[in-house]
This record gives sequence, C-alpha cells and structure tokens, in this order.
Amino acid sequence: MTQSNRKLKVAILGSGNIGTDLLIKALRSPYLECGAFIGRSLSSPGMVKALSLGVTVSAEGIDYIVKNPDCCDLVFDATSAKSHLEHAPIFKKLGKRAIDLTPAKIGLMSVPSVNLADSLVEDNVNMVTCGGQASIPVAYAIGQTQTDVEYIEVVSSIASRSAGPATRQNLDEYIKTTEDGLKEFSGAKRTKAILNLNPAEPCVDMQATIFAKVKKPDIAKLGGMLTGLVEKIRKYVPGYEIILGPIVENERIVVMVRVRGLGDYLPAYAGNLDIINCAAIAMAEEYAREAGHNPQDEKR
Amino acid sequence: MMDRKIVISDPTLRDGNHAVRHSLRVDQIAAYCKAADSAGVAIVEVGHGNGLGASSLQLGESATPDHLALTTARANLTQSKLGIHVIPGFATIERDLKPALERGVDVVRVASHCTEADICERHISFSRSMGVEVWGCLMMSHMISPALLLEQARKMESYGAEGVVFMDSSGHYIPEDVRHRVEALVDGLSIAVGFHAHNNLGLAIANSMAAADAGATLLDGCARGFGAGAGNAQLEVLVAVLERLGYSTGIDLYKILDAADLAEQALMKEIPVIRSVSVVSGMAGVFSGFMKPVTRIAEEFKIDPRDVFFELGRRKIVAGQEDIILEVAKELAQRAAKGCQ
Repeated sequence: MTQSNRKLKVAILGSGNIGTDLLIKALRSPYLECGAFIGRSLSSPGMVKALSLGVTVSAEGIDYIVKNPDCCDLVFDATSAKSHLEHAPIFKKLGKRAIDLTPAKIGLMSVPSVNLADSLVEDNVNMVTCGGQASIPVAYAIGQTQTDVEYIEVVSSIASRSAGPATRQNLDEYIKTTEDGLKEFSGAKRTKAILNLNPAEPCVDMQATIFAKVKKPDIAKLGGMLTGLVEKIRKYVPGYEIILGPIVENERIVVMVRVRGLGDYLPAYAGNLDIINCAAIAMAEEYAREAGHNPQDEKR
Repeated sequence: MMDRKIVISDPTLRDGNHAVRHSLRVDQIAAYCKAADSAGVAIVEVGHGNGLGASSLQLGESATPDHLALTTARANLTQSKLGIHVIPGFATIERDLKPALERGVDVVRVASHCTEADICERHISFSRSMGVEVWGCLMMSHMISPALLLEQARKMESYGAEGVVFMDSSGHYIPEDVRHRVEALVDGLSIAVGFHAHNNLGLAIANSMAAADAGATLLDGCARGFGAGAGNAQLEVLVAVLERLGYSTGIDLYKILDAADLAEQALMKEIPVIRSVSVVSGMAGVFSGFMKPVTRIAEEFKIDPRDVFFELGRRKIVAGQEDIILEVAKELAQRAAKGCQ
C-alpha cells in the first residue's frame, strides 16, 4: 500500500486551547491532515474556529471515532488525564496511535529532541508536561555530560493568562509528572519541579531555569552538547533559546531557557502551551515519515 | 475597644529562616517553641522560609527537613497550635501536605501570589477535609487594588478557608493602604481577616495597628522581627502596643519578652535592621526575601543591588521567582559593560 501521495490522517480529541492550537499546526503540516476535530460542544470557541477553517467537527467525544474509525490513523488526546485513561484502551482496540497531551502518562514519555526513535515503536506516547518539554533536553544533556548527577531542579515561570483552569487544578500532577520525566531522562538521583505563575502585563514569556548539583561540573562539555540539542529543538520549536548559561553560580549549574510560541491560536507568550504542541506535531510527522508518507503541498 | 481579641500567629521559625538561609536546627526550633508556648502565643509557624516543600536550589535548601522540624515543634508545643505555610506549585498534597498533617499540624495556611487564589483550591479543600484549621494567604498584596484583593479572598473563602491573611511581602504599605484593604475584606467576607507586615519602610507596627483598628483579628509577628529582609512586625513590640491599645492577645508580656531575648541569642546571626537595600526593596515592591540572593548575585556580577531591585520591580517579579535575579544581573552587567566602551 502506498502512502507516498497522501497525508497522515489525524483526529484531535479535545477542543480547548491546546486542541485548537494543535489543529492550526496540523493544518499547516505537509505531512498531516485533520480528519476530525472533536469536542463536547459545537458552540465552544475552539469548535467555532474549526468550523471556520472547514474542518470536520463533532461534539460526540470519543464515540465519533468509534463510529467513524476511518477518520484517522492517529489521535491527539488533549482532554484530561482522567479521560485519557478511558480513551487509551479504545484507541488500542481500534488500532489508532495515540499522542497523549494530558498528564495521564500511560505511554512512554516522549521528548522529540531526545528520544524520537524510541517513541516511534510505541502505540501510545505521552508528551510529559510543558515544563518537561522545555527542561528535559537540558536535564538530558546534564545527565550525558556530567558524572554523579546528584540533583536536578527545574523552576518554570509562565504567564498567569496562559494557565487555564485545568492547569491550575492540576499543579500537583504537573509537578509529579515533570519530576518523573526529569529523573528518567537525566538519571539524577533526586529531582524537583517548581511552577510560578506571574500575572505581569504585558504577559511574560515562558521561562525555565534548570539547576543541577553534580560532583565536578564540566561546563565546556555541557555547553557543547547543548548547542547541538538546541539546534535540534529549534527545528520544531523555533522560539526556543538559552538565555543564560550554562554557568556555575553558588555551587549550582544553572541554565535558563526561554520559549516564545508561534502565536498560532494561543498568544506568543504562551510558549509553555506551544512547546508541548510543537513536540506532539513533530512526533506525528515522524510517524508519518516512518509510514512512508511524503510531504504534500502546503495548502493553508 | 475593650475586650477586642487579636490572635497572634508567630512565624519566627518560618519567616526567620529567610534571614539565616534556612539553616535553623532542631535544637533552635525546640528552644523557641518552648518559649513561645509558655508565653501563650496562639499559633507557632515552622518551616522553610517559603513554607512546606520549598527547600530547593531556587530558594535555598533547609538544614532541617520539614518532617523533622514539625516533629520537633510538635513535641515542644502544649498550648500553642502548630502552623505551616503551604504554597501550591512548591508543595504538593501527596508529597508534602499529607505527611505534615500526620505529624500533628493544627493550622494550614495555603498561600499564593495575590492574583492566583485559584491554585489554592485543592490544597485548601483537602486540608479542610482533614479537619485542621485552614487560612488562605495572599502574598505580595500591594500589587493589586483592595477590590481585586477582595475578589481573590472570596475565592479562598469559597474553597473553605476559615480566614484570609493578606501579606505585605515587600514591606511597601503605608497605614492607609492597609486600612483600605482590611475594610474591603471585612466588609466583603464572612470569615476572619489577618495581616502580615514587613518592616522595609519602618512601618510594620504602625501598619499592624491600622489593620487591627480596621477590623483584622489575626496579626503576624516575629521575635525581634526575625524575618526576610528588613524583618517583620516585631512580636514583643506588637504585643506591648496591642496591650496599650486595649486589645487582648492572651500573651504574657514578660514571657514574650523572654522568648524574644532567647530568640536573639539562640536563633539570630544578626538582629534584623532596615538596610539600605531593604528600603529599595520596599520602594520597588519586590519580595523582601530577595535581599540575600540579590546582595550575593550583585556582588558576583559587580553591579549595584539597588539597580537589581528596581529592575525586578519594573518587571513585576513575584515571590518564588528568585531565578530571575540571575537573568536581570546578567543583563545589567552587560548594559554596564556596553556603557563603558
């Protein structure tokens, strides 16, 4: 079966800010087409946006995919952790790949700049958290270049306006999932994640500071590896940059990154939401290439 | 005026930790708890300067882990209630709050930046469900108007808080600022109102008086003012002033004076004074706890710490964002280098 002259069909489940921003990114992708944009209410702002873009929409939730299994080969799940736990077995039964943007964490934690190849063989991958996508590449580089990584800590600051009700209700899950991701990718003995919301106007860009305690810091080696990694990340998150470090200050390694979003559906300051979506799209495009899809004309 | 009661909550062993880089030890905690308990202090708060689960490279690591500090305090308090400060985003329910409650905490104060009360919902309702006394705390409260402060305090009330404390985390207020806010809160809430003063502009006691006069029923005070930056309302002075004004605190004057003497000897490297950078921190509206890291980093980058404070204030940096000090310092140092060329 040849896939070379068509795009990979995806469905987006969840019509909130994340889902709607994903839709715009998917429509722009030369590898992806959106077979269905699915939420719970046809009058939600995300649905209205999708309708205006001529996308097939449904308010039936996951039932739509069960009834119309041909609508997609892959599903982005941008609902909630609780919902994803119910959705995952259904995706499996239907043979749909799942990219999970909730903190449900059933599948392999995936950070495209670090473990894209490993993620390809999985049928359910989890995109960790926004802070995780921003900081894990740096934590990974610390783990690869330093010996005896005793501790890694990540402090993320995001604009208050980029934190919706779900984020605010789920700070504990955010912290736990980010800490688990940091540990897994860096091999550090202990990890800690902290989240600050800053209400300043104009809104602040997303930033993350990575601190590490290691036996004998090798800044040159770390800096070298980071340069290559950042280049890789910027291919899918153009607004990602290191704004400070790596330096050693007060006996800690410090690296600070800033993420400016693409400003698709969400404002550019919401780099936290952009980076997890960019990572999810990068993942889906890699699946598409793997399945033999060639890039098609960019229509939108 | 007579017979009005003020509850004194004493965060000497929590806020004071800022002044000694979170280095308070078990023996110090035990000694001060005994003294405050025998003086009749209503609530004794213990922990890292930024509260439960906040020991970190970002804010400084605690010499005494939370569980040990709490067990020690519990063993040395007989009549005073044991309190903790909890900031969602730092402390989680599973990792931090549950184990703390198991160690016998009586009062949980769940705190957020003044505009972000809704991140406290789960921590407040969980603590209520565990049957302890729960207050909401709105930090850096000078950054919003009395009306907006009330809106946020109402959210905390709706989550189950039994009172709301607003904090002058930068020591920015003058008495009439405090009065307006207490009036708005007392008027718009059906729960108790408390106030936590900082002394950057030398007004911690005057501001606390204004709060009591406007209807606040809980005030925070620390022995010798032991707290972040220029320190807090000085507990033993506050108790004496309230006594002169005719409020009852249930605290024995001689014994609280003894407790303050003990605190000076046993806890402090230096008694809090209003240093020049603290005046600037208060003017700039930056969290007082930034004093130590700003001073250290400004020295490393060879820049004026006062410039750092004003730049942090301009950027509206909130408590907990200590990492940004480094970024600001780097930027100021680069600017200075360019200016020299």
